[in-house]
Amino acid sequence: MTVNEARGPAIHVQGLEKSYKELRVLRGVDFAVARGSIFALLGSNGSGKTTVVKILSTLLKADAGTAGVNGFDVVTRAADVRESISLTGQFAAVDEILSGRENLVLVARLRHLKDPGAIADGLLERFSLTDAGARRVSTYSGGMRRRLDIAMSLIGDPPVIFLDEPTTGLDPQARLEVWQAVKELAGRGTTVLLTTQYLDEAEQLADRIAILHEGRIIVNGTLAELKQLLPPAKVEYVEKQPTLEDVFLTLVGDNGKTGKTGKTGKTGKTGRHGQDRNVGTDA
Amino acid sequence: MTKHFLGDTAALLGRSLRHITRSADTIITTTLMPIAMMLMFVYVFGGAIDTGSESYVNYLLPGILLITVASGIAYTAFRLFMDMKSGIFERFQSMPIARSSVLWAHVLTSLVANLISLVVVLLVALLMGFRSSAGVAPWLAVAGILILFTLALTWLAVIPGLSAKTVEGASAFSYPLIFLPFLSSAFVPTATMPGPVRAFAEHQPVTSIVNALRDLFTQQPVGTDIWIALAWCVGILIVAYVFAMNSYRRKIS
Repeated sequence: MTVNEARGPAIHVQGLEKSYKELRVLRGVDFAVARGSIFALLGSNGSGKTTVVKILSTLLKADAGTAGVNGFDVVTRAADVRESISLTGQFAAVDEILSGRENLVLVARLRHLKDPGAIADGLLERFSLTDAGARRVSTYSGGMRRRLDIAMSLIGDPPVIFLDEPTTGLDPQARLEVWQAVKELAGRGTTVLLTTQYLDEAEQLADRIAILHEGRIIVNGTLAELKQLLPPAKVEYVEKQPTLEDVFLTLVGDNGKTGKTGKTGKTGKTGRHGQDRNVGTDA
Repeated sequence: MTKHFLGDTAALLGRSLRHITRSADTIITTTLMPIAMMLMFVYVFGGAIDTGSESYVNYLLPGILLITVASGIAYTAFRLFMDMKSGIFERFQSMPIARSSVLWAHVLTSLVANLISLVVVLLVALLMGFRSSAGVAPWLAVAGILILFTLALTWLAVIPGLSAKTVEGASAFSYPLIFLPFLSSAFVPTATMPGPVRAFAEHQPVTSIVNALRDLFTQQPVGTDIWIALAWCVGILIVAYVFAMNSYRRKIS
């Protein structure tokens, strides 16, 4: 940890501004992401989350401000930044006409790695896609596609990964699978910048959460810190009604890799204590 | 970064060639229209057209080959457009690759796809009675001109592929190119056309390219037509390349 700190944060953003013609999307964005942590950028549609990710992944140039990834400036050291990152876009950027394995081999070849075939097979295995590996991606379900997308991002072990709305449009089960994959990533020391419009997703995954609103970061902190911004929680006992998501996941049985049927999603935090009743923290 | 240019281009070329082999329908639809035109002109209109040459299919083929390329490059624009839309373009651009290899892979794929289409159309023409007494050297010259013409139109197709807003916009630009041969010596000799039309027909690229190909096929002296044809191809190639690269740089920065 001390070594990491000596090298500075994995992502560093200061005074970032960007306009599309008249529309001022970013109006001075500042934040930093510690190495090996999961950082969630939370905001509604059109708040500028994707713009931030595009600037950090060298796809877009900012009008003002500086941004650095893995210690490299995104403008002057763009090539080094691209060596250090992987981007998983809002709409799964996989090749539909190729098979899953061919997609992985392609990315491994473009990252100039030795033995792309073995890398592809390893990732298919890790993401439970071995059986589907030879099939065209156009036959994959949404969850399989996103898993493949994330697997493609892991090739070459980049130290920083950008996940732009990784669970948008996925069913609850596929969502859990993606969450599991993201947690594993962070467990291996990868820094993850995640954008999402789902509050529970940020709550489930992120070490720190920043809220992007009208082109600025209006809060930035841990979940506990964010909760303290509101009046103290009052404890009330309510009978726990299963959410429709709980019902769905219980009925379909298979619950991804989490194996905690019915105690996930919106009720995950309290469900873990195995209580029948939910401790509400309404303000 | 540029040290990876060849390897990256090869990897991406392999990808888009797979697209072609797995969607053979694009090759079929590309060749269908020129073949249909050839059938119609040879067996329906051909009898009434006096070209002064002994076989109308021999007269017609050079123009049909150019139409084949013009309809083929619509798919180049389409494939590029789909990559831009799908997000895979951004994935490639955010990776440590030689960035121009993404574009070059599309250009080389277009060349391969069009050459396949040209061979298919040529085989149909042979079935319909096309014959040429040309030896190896004139055939190589024909191939060279067609490759140059394909590259020129491919770079032209890259521009709408990168900048179009809709799929229709990305491929619609090829329609005028497909119909340009009608206002040339491709189907009928220009001598019968009225003044202004004839003036246009005789000074547009298709006529000189068609005349050069026809002379090569029939082993006539090619004269100045071949130099005008080459000048048109190289000229279009350079201008289209500059505009396409400009448009590309705007996209990736």
